[in-house]
Amino acid sequence: MKSSDQDPLESLALQVSGISKRFPGVLANDKVDFSLARGEIHALLGENGAGKTTLMNVVYGLYKPDEGEIFINGNQVEIRDPNDALAQGIGMVHQHFMLVPVMTVAENLMLGHEVTRGLKLGLLSRVDRQKVSEEIEALVELYGMEVNPEAYVHELSVGEQQRVEIIKALYRGADVLILDEPTAVLTPQETEDFFEVMRSLVKQGKSIIFITHKLKEVLAIADRITVLRDGAVVGMTKPAETSEKELAAMMVGREVLLRVEKKPAQPGEDVLKVQNLHVLDRRDQPAVRGVSFIVREGEILGIAGVQGNGQAELVEALTGLTKVIEGSIHLKDSDVTHARPRAFTETGAAHVPEDRHKHGLVLSYAVDENLILQTYYLAPFASGLNINPRAVDENARRLISEYDVRTPSIKTLVGSLSGGNQQKVIVARELSRDAPLLIANQPTRGLDVGSIEYIHRRIIEKRDEGVAVLLVSSELDEILSLSDRIAVIYSGEILAIIPVEEATKERLGLLMAGVRETQESSQAAATPME
Amino acid sequence: MSEDSEAIQQPRNLAAVIVGRISIPLLAIFTALLVASLAMLASGTNPIKAYLALGEGAFGTQKAVIETLIKATPFILGGLGIALAFRGGLFNIGVEGQLFVGSAFAVIIGYSIELPAFIHLPLALLGGMFGGAIWAAIPGYFKARSGAHEVITTIMLNFIALRVINWAIGVNGPMRAPRTVVPETPAVFESARLPILIPDTRLHAGVIIAVFAALVVYWFLWRTVAGFELRTVGANPSAARYAGINVEFNIVRTMALSGALAGLGGGIQVLGLAPYNFTTGFNVGLGFDSIAVAVLGGIHPFGVTMSALLFGAMDSGARLMQLRTKVPIDIITIVQGLILTFVAANQIIRSIYRIRARGEEDQISLGRLWGGGS
Repeated sequence: MKSSDQDPLESLALQVSGISKRFPGVLANDKVDFSLARGEIHALLGENGAGKTTLMNVVYGLYKPDEGEIFINGNQVEIRDPNDALAQGIGMVHQHFMLVPVMTVAENLMLGHEVTRGLKLGLLSRVDRQKVSEEIEALVELYGMEVNPEAYVHELSVGEQQRVEIIKALYRGADVLILDEPTAVLTPQETEDFFEVMRSLVKQGKSIIFITHKLKEVLAIADRITVLRDGAVVGMTKPAETSEKELAAMMVGREVLLRVEKKPAQPGEDVLKVQNLHVLDRRDQPAVRGVSFIVREGEILGIAGVQGNGQAELVEALTGLTKVIEGSIHLKDSDVTHARPRAFTETGAAHVPEDRHKHGLVLSYAVDENLILQTYYLAPFASGLNINPRAVDENARRLISEYDVRTPSIKTLVGSLSGGNQQKVIVARELSRDAPLLIANQPTRGLDVGSIEYIHRRIIEKRDEGVAVLLVSSELDEILSLSDRIAVIYSGEILAIIPVEEATKERLGLLMAGVRETQESSQAAATPME
Repeated sequence: MSEDSEAIQQPRNLAAVIVGRISIPLLAIFTALLVASLAMLASGTNPIKAYLALGEGAFGTQKAVIETLIKATPFILGGLGIALAFRGGLFNIGVEGQLFVGSAFAVIIGYSIELPAFIHLPLALLGGMFGGAIWAAIPGYFKARSGAHEVITTIMLNFIALRVINWAIGVNGPMRAPRTVVPETPAVFESARLPILIPDTRLHAGVIIAVFAALVVYWFLWRTVAGFELRTVGANPSAARYAGINVEFNIVRTMALSGALAGLGGGIQVLGLAPYNFTTGFNVGLGFDSIAVAVLGGIHPFGVTMSALLFGAMDSGARLMQLRTKVPIDIITIVQGLILTFVAANQIIRSIYRIRARGEEDQISLGRLWGGGS
């Protein structure tokens, strides 16, 4: 651990000292010290639940600290709510955007601070769109961010919406920007662009707190790095003085395997065979357009792509949750193209869904009931009309120990477990069914490093046991470290299927952005179709 | 972070669970009585005297207790119907109409054929359940098929049931009793009537059926495969669909079962109480009061039974209270309204008595179901 940086930072934009925040039963922040120099990008690194967001919510006035002081430009301040924070020049861009989709960029920026002209009539005054648009354009020019003030927010890409959020904070006079997991929704290329924006912001004298759990990004962009664990600062360092491995160990508190260890795949027979699949989305627009691939026993096929390129609909089709318009799906030897979800589970598909709260779990059920969600009607859980509580109980006890689910009891509501343990409940349920096919959709989203490591190891184990795994993920690192072959999906089509040995981040990044490879190169990477 | 703040829950022991469950309803009742007593004081009545009279009227004599039980019986069944639907994620406001249709079916079977009692009575009761089930399955089907919200469709079917039955027992209506001046059906045959439990009283076997139904509903919800499906669909329909449960079928089945309970309640009213027929204005409002019963009872079969007894007691004790203290019977409706308000908006009670909110388990609330869509 390096506590090197003690050189006098002549002007601190923000300093917090001794911040503690208690929640019932949890010390979320424990005497945290943190400082941000003017023109600095300071990364706040930590696992989920380490206290990063709590600390920033304290600074942003959403929580009142139990102890500690906040200084801005050297003056002690009290921040009671986000309006106070804004008045002090602190702006926050949340992980989930706070924009109104049916309004234009300019209208979103004005919300709550409407600029008026002409007669002052209170709520009836006339809104001065012209002036706002001009102000936005000035900001856009200053920081080199392309955004049309008259565009409707719902027409913008995720990356553009994020820029709008940043402009919103700047427009309201923020000097200190808090960015909460800003890169989670971006492609590798978009992330690069975003880093450019961050660099140009600090060049103009803004200061940035960058909250993340991605080690590579921290090393690429931050000036200083503060690591939080269990609510306390465990270290402060600089990119030049540390490494991914060291940062991961600081975050988790022990050595972490960053690269998944795995043997070469030994693919067997075809398990899942998808041919020329066409699926519509909820608005009846084509979402999956002529997709074909095969997943074989003992291999992991990774589907890489930016979110919203048809992955969700593809998985829904592969689990019977949505209608197939054209094409076919074969699971083992059965045609399951038009089968119901239960037929998929019975034929042998296990599914770790993308949204664990909405689709994977019943949060108001205890752990034991969540573990029988698909199998409650089968022996030994069902006997005649009745559910056999002893079998349910026994199953839960076995699985929570086998899959290391940390829960006070099997009767604890799943909703009160941490995200990592919730995901382990799903993984335990799905893997324990011994299905020949495992579909894992974003299996580690939002999880801490320890849980990610665990779930990756389990998926590899299943592959080695001969299960065919279809992994859908928008995290390129995850795709690259787990997959044996990688299919890149863009706008509902698979642009290429390449063996992992031939895949590089750059190549995948280009494909994910929809840049087709030339005929020769894609043939060189030909896939074992038919 | 907020995720972690509630992370560690003590293993739950039964006593703590029960106290946790009933503290809000009890405090709601207490607060409602307190607020109503202010109204009494304002009108110059001694509320203690009034409540003592209410209690005596409900439990003071054997006859009072019997009246309380008789009044509680349809509340138990109606409340169970609503609670079952709630558990399945559905807000069945149509219990009123299902109760009417149930009594109509029971009464038709009761007066149109004469059979040995051991066949006739069960047949009439089953007929009532069938009628209620059909009347509830219709909005269930609409919801499953097109997403039509059951709150709207069940209310509309209430009106239809009421008007059709009023026509059927009206002048020249097909169900009208011959040679009568009031709109009513013929009385059911002896063989279709519920046996009287204590000779020379009105206490009929319906109360036993109702309590038995509460046990069956409990068993069904928490001990059967179908109950697991019902609760899963109610708690998270998306997860249910992902788990392979047929959500549409479950919506129809849940509504039908809910309606069957209401129909059984309606059947018991006509087969258990003199004059053993169906007449206008009969049982109006029972279905709606059952919503209050179900909510006060925490949509749990045992809670529903308790709160049905309370509602029955208030109804049967009100007369003596009015006689003794000149407090109008309507004050009981006010008390019932206040109880429901406090239970439904339980944040009020929590903030008065400083009780912390519990876990997700109790978040099946009126609000969520109302906005719950498909």
